[in-house]
Amino acid sequence: MSIELKSATKVYGSLTAVNAVNLDVQDGEVLCLLGPSGCGKTTTLRMVAGLEATDGGDVFIGGKRVNDLAARDRNVAMSFQFYALYPSLTVAENLAFPLHAEKHNAQVIEQKVAETSRVLQLDGILNRLPGQLAEGEKQRVAVGRSIVRDPTCFLFDEPLSRLDVQLREEMRGEIKEVLQGLSKPTVIVTHDQLEALTMADRIAVMRDGRIEQVDTPHNVFARPANLFVAGFIGTPQMNLLACTFEGMKGSAEAEFSINGQNNITLDSSQASPSDSLSQLPAGSAVTLGVRPRNLQLVSETSSSSITLSVDLIEPMGAETLAHLRNDQNSLRVVTDWKVPIDEGESVHVQFTKGTTHVFTEDELLLTTL
Amino acid sequence: MAKQREIGKAGWGRSLFAGIVGFVYFFPVLWIILTAFKTRTDALEIPPKFLFSPTLDNFRSVFFRASISSDSSQATNFILYFFNSIFIAGTAVLLALIIGTLAAYAFSRHPLRGNDTYLFIILTTRMMPPIVVIIPIFLMFRLTGLAGSYWGIILLYTAFNIPFSVWLVKSFFDELNPEIEDAARMDGSTDWRVFFGMCIPQIYAGLAATFVFGMILTWNEFLFALLLTGVETRTVPVAMARTLGGEVGVDYGLLAAIVTLFLIPIFFVTFLLQNQLLRGVTFGTVKK
Repeated sequence: MSIELKSATKVYGSLTAVNAVNLDVQDGEVLCLLGPSGCGKTTTLRMVAGLEATDGGDVFIGGKRVNDLAARDRNVAMSFQFYALYPSLTVAENLAFPLHAEKHNAQVIEQKVAETSRVLQLDGILNRLPGQLAEGEKQRVAVGRSIVRDPTCFLFDEPLSRLDVQLREEMRGEIKEVLQGLSKPTVIVTHDQLEALTMADRIAVMRDGRIEQVDTPHNVFARPANLFVAGFIGTPQMNLLACTFEGMKGSAEAEFSINGQNNITLDSSQASPSDSLSQLPAGSAVTLGVRPRNLQLVSETSSSSITLSVDLIEPMGAETLAHLRNDQNSLRVVTDWKVPIDEGESVHVQFTKGTTHVFTEDELLLTTL
Repeated sequence: MAKQREIGKAGWGRSLFAGIVGFVYFFPVLWIILTAFKTRTDALEIPPKFLFSPTLDNFRSVFFRASISSDSSQATNFILYFFNSIFIAGTAVLLALIIGTLAAYAFSRHPLRGNDTYLFIILTTRMMPPIVVIIPIFLMFRLTGLAGSYWGIILLYTAFNIPFSVWLVKSFFDELNPEIEDAARMDGSTDWRVFFGMCIPQIYAGLAATFVFGMILTWNEFLFALLLTGVETRTVPVAMARTLGGEVGVDYGLLAAIVTLFLIPIFFVTFLLQNQLLRGVTFGTVKK
């Protein structure tokens, strides 16, 4: 089984909610659709579910084109953001509901409900109504209702957004465990990057109805395809500095001037891809992106460091987030909490090798130095 | 339940105030009921009597009228009129509720282009006083032969109740979480099963409230009933008005007895659905 979208498009009046999205999810793979609210990720999910008709492009499930198939005939299991438990049915009846539609006999239904409730520890609450359940229990029942039958694929819409932080962490692990046992294509919609990074095999980052990047959680984080992904993934947010590329210094060093000031020379010997920078004409406008954790405070100024003063300090427990600023630029730096640092102090910040991303003027990743 | 405890929290002062206001509102009803048990002399006494020896004569004469010329009493048609009132109002309100609920679901879930305009147009039929449309309706009834028939007055009451039903029931559907319907669809339900199995059970309270409100309006309707019912299909309000004349002036005791009997079905329906009604009226005002 697999899910495949080919230039799937959804238009509401003058708004293109989903714009020619291409995706494929393989058997046993968990794909997270990640993006800010209103980016079209839920709409994309609903098109797979059959709850929204496509205005263009095709949806394939298990190799079969399902554009004209009603939701009830697609055999897709979906768990909803607000759980959508049937309020007049007990937990057991909620779990049994999809099985009744598949016309199993009572014995099979009972057995499957019992099995699911055991996996999700719902045994104690089978006779309760949804209104009497705690948030975490509701979430479990919602998951249970989607895994009780044998669908072609699983869809989750913001599965953890209604839970508090502690419960969220707990359920994240639990859902991941359940999903691993299912080996079906799964799509999870979320706006929480931590959720996506922890649960997904691959992440599709969306913006304004378009897919910006589809890759493994590590690659989305370590090699963002463009400025949007770079700024969206990772907390604290990546530092993005508007620069001018001054040209190569020798074969292994690239020189940038940040906001027309603060010239900086970075080692490009291990740039990947390696030759793209040398083909860039000198004087081109670029953006340098570097994560706050990849900047180092050093005692000596050098050609690959800039000097700023400490504007604000936010202790974050094991680490400290420092907001730095000079006349033209501001940077966020995360250091170990033990590093002594004071507001007003002047510090030198060093770029580390292999972590500085160079984005061209059209916002695409050129290379990583 | 936490809700119930809160009622006691209002305190004596407020409870007393609410009690007084309630009594003022209920007093006319109480007066009517008392009058129904009074003799003609007691009923007309000034100052009004609160202590009197009750009699059931008025109730007897609702159904059996003593004739002046002979000693034998003659059955009135009031049993038929009560049946007519219950049958006509009940059928009409139920029909309006069924049609209104189907329409409301469509308006709520499958909005048309210009949905609000349609809804507004539906409501305009309730904006003018009924007297304005009585002549065309009377002519239509004459032309179609519906005048004086059960179906005629039932259809008319149904038509008058539909806008109200559509608006009220739509507001209940609007409050529902559409995800539940989506979930039922994903779980293999047809549209009919989603509607009857998922949506309707969630708004029972709202439907009950709509039924009661419609029932009260229709039950008391006088103008159309006066002009469009015949001898066989006459409703209680019309029959009541006809007793007003009489040979010996207005028989207040008789009138009060009819009204008292007339109140019973509505009291009964309202009490039966009281819990549903409360939930229906407060639908959506409670945090989900």
